[in-house]
Amino acid sequence: MIFSLLQRIGQMLFVMFGISLLVFLIFFATPGADPAARIAGRNASPEVLEAVRKSFGFDQPMYVQYLTMMKKIFITGDLTSFVNRGWKVVPAVMDTIPVTLSLVFGAAILWVVFALIIGIVAAATRGSWIDKILMMLGLIGISMPVYWLGEVMNLLTQSRYHDTWLFSWVPPLGYKNFSDDPKGWFLTLVIPWITLSILYIGLYGRVLRAAIVESLQEDYIRTARAKGLSETRILLRHALRTSLVAFVTLFGLDFGALVGGSALLTEVVFGLQGVGKLTYDALLNLDLPIIMTTVLYASFFVVMANAVVDILYMMLDPRVRTA
Amino acid sequence: MSAILDTLDATPKSRGPWATALRRLLRDHAAVAALIVFVVIVVVCLLAPAYAYWAGTDPFKSTLDAVIKLNGQDVPVMEQSTEGLGLGYTPIGPTWQLGNYFLGADNQGRDVMARLLYGGLNSLFIAGMAAVMTLFFATLIGLAAGFFGGIIDMLLSRFLDILWAFPVYLLAISLSIVLIAQGLNLGFVTIESGSLWLPIFIIGIVYIPYVARPVRGQVLALRESEFVLAAIGLGVPSHRILLRDILPNVSTTLIVFVPIIMALNMITEGALSFLSIGVQPPDASWGTIIQDGQTLLYTRPMVALAPGIAIVITVLALNVLGDGLRDALDPRSKIRIGRS
Amino acid sequence: MLKVRKLSVTFRTEQGMVQAVDHVSFDVGEGELLGVVGESGSGKTVSLLAVMGLITDPNAVITGSIQYRGRELVGMKPRDMRALRGKEIAMIFQDPMTALTPVYTIGWQIAEQVLAHEKISKAAAWQRAIDLLAEVNIPNPQEAVHRYPHQLSGGMRQRVVIAMALSCNPALLVADEPTTALDVTVQAQILDLLHKLRRNHGSAIVFITHDMGVMAEIADRMLVMYAGRVVERGTKEELFLQPLHPYTRALLDSIPPLTGEKPKRLRAIPGTPPNLLNRPLGCAFAPRCIERFEKCSAEPALGDGKNAAACFRVSA
Repeated sequence: MIFSLLQRIGQMLFVMFGISLLVFLIFFATPGADPAARIAGRNASPEVLEAVRKSFGFDQPMYVQYLTMMKKIFITGDLTSFVNRGWKVVPAVMDTIPVTLSLVFGAAILWVVFALIIGIVAAATRGSWIDKILMMLGLIGISMPVYWLGEVMNLLTQSRYHDTWLFSWVPPLGYKNFSDDPKGWFLTLVIPWITLSILYIGLYGRVLRAAIVESLQEDYIRTARAKGLSETRILLRHALRTSLVAFVTLFGLDFGALVGGSALLTEVVFGLQGVGKLTYDALLNLDLPIIMTTVLYASFFVVMANAVVDILYMMLDPRVRTA
Repeated sequence: MSAILDTLDATPKSRGPWATALRRLLRDHAAVAALIVFVVIVVVCLLAPAYAYWAGTDPFKSTLDAVIKLNGQDVPVMEQSTEGLGLGYTPIGPTWQLGNYFLGADNQGRDVMARLLYGGLNSLFIAGMAAVMTLFFATLIGLAAGFFGGIIDMLLSRFLDILWAFPVYLLAISLSIVLIAQGLNLGFVTIESGSLWLPIFIIGIVYIPYVARPVRGQVLALRESEFVLAAIGLGVPSHRILLRDILPNVSTTLIVFVPIIMALNMITEGALSFLSIGVQPPDASWGTIIQDGQTLLYTRPMVALAPGIAIVITVLALNVLGDGLRDALDPRSKIRIGRS
Repeated sequence: MLKVRKLSVTFRTEQGMVQAVDHVSFDVGEGELLGVVGESGSGKTVSLLAVMGLITDPNAVITGSIQYRGRELVGMKPRDMRALRGKEIAMIFQDPMTALTPVYTIGWQIAEQVLAHEKISKAAAWQRAIDLLAEVNIPNPQEAVHRYPHQLSGGMRQRVVIAMALSCNPALLVADEPTTALDVTVQAQILDLLHKLRRNHGSAIVFITHDMGVMAEIADRMLVMYAGRVVERGTKEELFLQPLHPYTRALLDSIPPLTGEKPKRLRAIPGTPPNLLNRPLGCAFAPRCIERFEKCSAEPALGDGKNAAACFRVSA
């Protein structure tokens, strides 16, 4: 247990190193153009270019450049934007984190609750038309591009049906701080939560149903039936419980990925100033220091989240825990 | 109960595995319908140039001052706004007359229907080519890692770990922002900026681990199977074992992945184009048209709605097909549909 | 106590109908141990799963009659069947490695069954689990209840499965090859345990196996099944000393004798069991039978007597 824990952490550190190297190579060593010109942004003056060269050490060997980049992003945190002159990047990224977390947390609650309901109902009625309809709805949810769904939602709630009783409560796009205006925070996030969760409800509902149906084939389900347990109990206490391991693992991965940037499209569509929106704005301004920072922070977060999930998995599955 | 049936030896005359799979697939009405829908979409998109020619419209040129005949009346494609100061222009809405701004115009006065067909062509082309690229490299990596094991496996697996942990859109953004302006020059290949091959390259990379990992696992299991051990024992050269014994066994998994990866690619292409780092103007894809429609969302929603519906139908068809293929070819595999 | 009459189980498959059990009839008396022998695919497991009401495949068709203490089990309401299952009729499975839910402790799993059938407190159910583990000779039962299945060896797990089956003092115990998956020494221990428990609890047992040696040790009466049918029925002594059906004789010839001179080679039965999808007309064993004659192209019936065989050589 201790050994596999250390092994997992070692693997995590290695992957983090690999990602930072990959990011470095993409931004600084892609053949074709001067990295200083990229970082300085559009139409930068020669002085700015010179400053960038100096500050990132482009006249020095590669490994020094790599270390300089890592130091600026993680240790001193004094990376500045050249497009928005003098803007400190790391605090800017930190400011956006609560927005992204608010969005992803709420969506996660929705998707876990509804995916559980759909997965269990579909597995309990497997083969029936209820099961088929639920699975088809799930597939439709998976097949909808989230940014498009967001626009459709905006069209309905902000424009077409905004003046009806149905959506008159929907506030204009934007984010309100929870500490300033809890009610506003909640109301502005309801539609984004629903939009973001639909894909995952479909995905998780289907995965859960498949996992339950698969564990219903196991020998221990036959034992449970031979014990004279009710079908409901067999489904919930035996089949579902053994399927949850896969569900929880998957949840951790997707939650991490969403906080680490995959919620970007939802943030852009709904104008929520989260990590993803910050990255997107930087993309439009060709503001590379910001992108470098969000990419590194976000992917490190994802890697760590994955490691935490694996460790939780060890705790959750007695076969691994007590081995 | 299948365990009981297994012991009953219920295989009277064995058909080939492919024939059995095809029979199962054809009996899956949803999958057959999905296949038909997909083929129809491809064919309709292929007709894009014919449609543009017939409609007499150039979907890549701004036509702000065009005037069309509608029910015998002359109607400008861009109507002067009647609200406020009357400065803005609103493009014409859907006429529902084929060949005559069927779905209306976008904010450059271009025929949305014609752009939709051309955009579909690009979206399908990118999704298909990127899927080919993903499957090719994933197979290569999966085979090498699984078959040779040892240090090769270690290196390739860690490489996949890194790619896997990298959030898809952030990786795509990182690659795009560097490549979109200058293109890619690797010496032996040069991709112009604005070329369709750039999004193909980017999308083709990001899903490699998604396919390579299961392939590697399967090869690893096959590597230990008796028929492969026997072949190794007989001194059959590695490349022969890989091609004759292992690849055919992995091929079912790969086939199941084709529609699933294409579906993922459609969504990803749309997202990248929506973020303006995929297909570059004046070229169109379903993602770029949705982005064009964003500013017109409340006035002319059809511009954004139509390409989105096209994506949903295409991706749904591909996913249903993937579901059916998996059930027919590889029912025990745990390939999941949809991940981004 | 158990009367099975003309029980048939048919599965619809992609290739056609598979008749896994074909008009099987047998009785089990109170406290009796009935052994059922046959090769894999002979229908012995399927027929007893039918008795347990555990055939859940929607493509299965069950006909005939199964009476347990006067109550008809075929077509019984699932609710009533559940009340019976685990309480009055319990089952022990072949593979103890997969028969227990991996995520719960064994104590929890035993207590779960007790609580499903009896109105007692959780603590009492837990205490019952400890007592049962002690009864099946699991060392240190106080501590063992907190263990997960994967922490136990196969033999220990089979003891847990047996303890679970006995937890509500069933009148009838169905044991489906409970020793097949275990090491030989463990097999002997489990058989001893079953002997002892049978004395203590007085349950009737239906014991399925393909091992004639095991049968010789424990059975009172025996059924021999082949291709979904009962081909011979009789007391153990009669069956071992005077087997009537050529298939039974062939089975006995294929095990080494315990006493006397060992044969140079054991005789294997040539050929393979018939395919149940298109079974041949007439006696199913005929193609492999060294004694077949013209009459075997018709279907032989099983006689009514205490000892009977479905063979024209016997009835002729």
